[in-house]
Amino acid sequence: MKRIAWLLMIGLTLMWLLLTGSASPGNVLLGAALSVAMTLWFSAVRPLHPHLRRPRAALRLFWRVAADVLRSNYAVARIVLGLTAKRNVHAGFVDIPLAVRDPHALATLAAIVTSTPGTVWANLSPDNRVLTLHVLDLRDPQHMRDTIKHRYEDLLREIFE
Amino acid sequence: MSADMLPPWLLLPVSLLLIFGGLLTLLGSLGLLRMKTFYQRMHPPSMGNTMGAGCVLIASMLVSSGLAGRPVVHEVLIAVFIVTTSPITAMLLMGAAVHREASQREKREP
Repeated sequence: MKRIAWLLMIGLTLMWLLLTGSASPGNVLLGAALSVAMTLWFSAVRPLHPHLRRPRAALRLFWRVAADVLRSNYAVARIVLGLTAKRNVHAGFVDIPLAVRDPHALATLAAIVTSTPGTVWANLSPDNRVLTLHVLDLRDPQHMRDTIKHRYEDLLREIFE
Repeated sequence: MSADMLPPWLLLPVSLLLIFGGLLTLLGSLGLLRMKTFYQRMHPPSMGNTMGAGCVLIASMLVSSGLAGRPVVHEVLIAVFIVTTSPITAMLLMGAAVHREASQREKREP
């Protein structure tokens, strides 16, 4: 018996309600019916099912990322305005060995890295073990590796693995 | 009901958010112009993509909630779509650039 993707169904229903902008009983029923049908039909095309083990950890990750987005926006704005004239800002690639294996966790990490200005996902080795990032203000590669590991990767493993 | 009939305590944060979001997006575009290499240019526009868009979306939520007289939050979906799709664009662009660089290097030193 395959696990039923409750979260996906609830998420799709919520999305339907938000898009149509009404929470009347008939609309809720219609949205729920559509979500259940879509989840069941499309589960064949989506062979991997994420296991969201720790919702509270996901919330913690969300706030952490929000704070980092604020901070890195400020940092990149300073660089664009040339407010770092005294210090030589140089960009570069950094290789980061990854311990996280779950594809959904990797996808989430990609979203996090892309949404924080100053870091861009450049490459993932074919065996999913080494992530290459391009960093706008690369001061200390080891510091960057530790940041990814302790700020995001540990929490992602807690959530997905 | 038009937007200028909304109370000032709502319009003030909305205006501030719009100005701030616009400035951030402008800064991002300026960065696109000022940076030297392709890789560096990847970074600044994501400011408009994250906080710039975020500010405008929150402003939009406030105005439409004020106009409708009930919470309107479907702008959250726009944020969700941006966050889930932008990594794909970024990865494709970076992958193409890395690939191009590698093939040019190969041509120079066979």
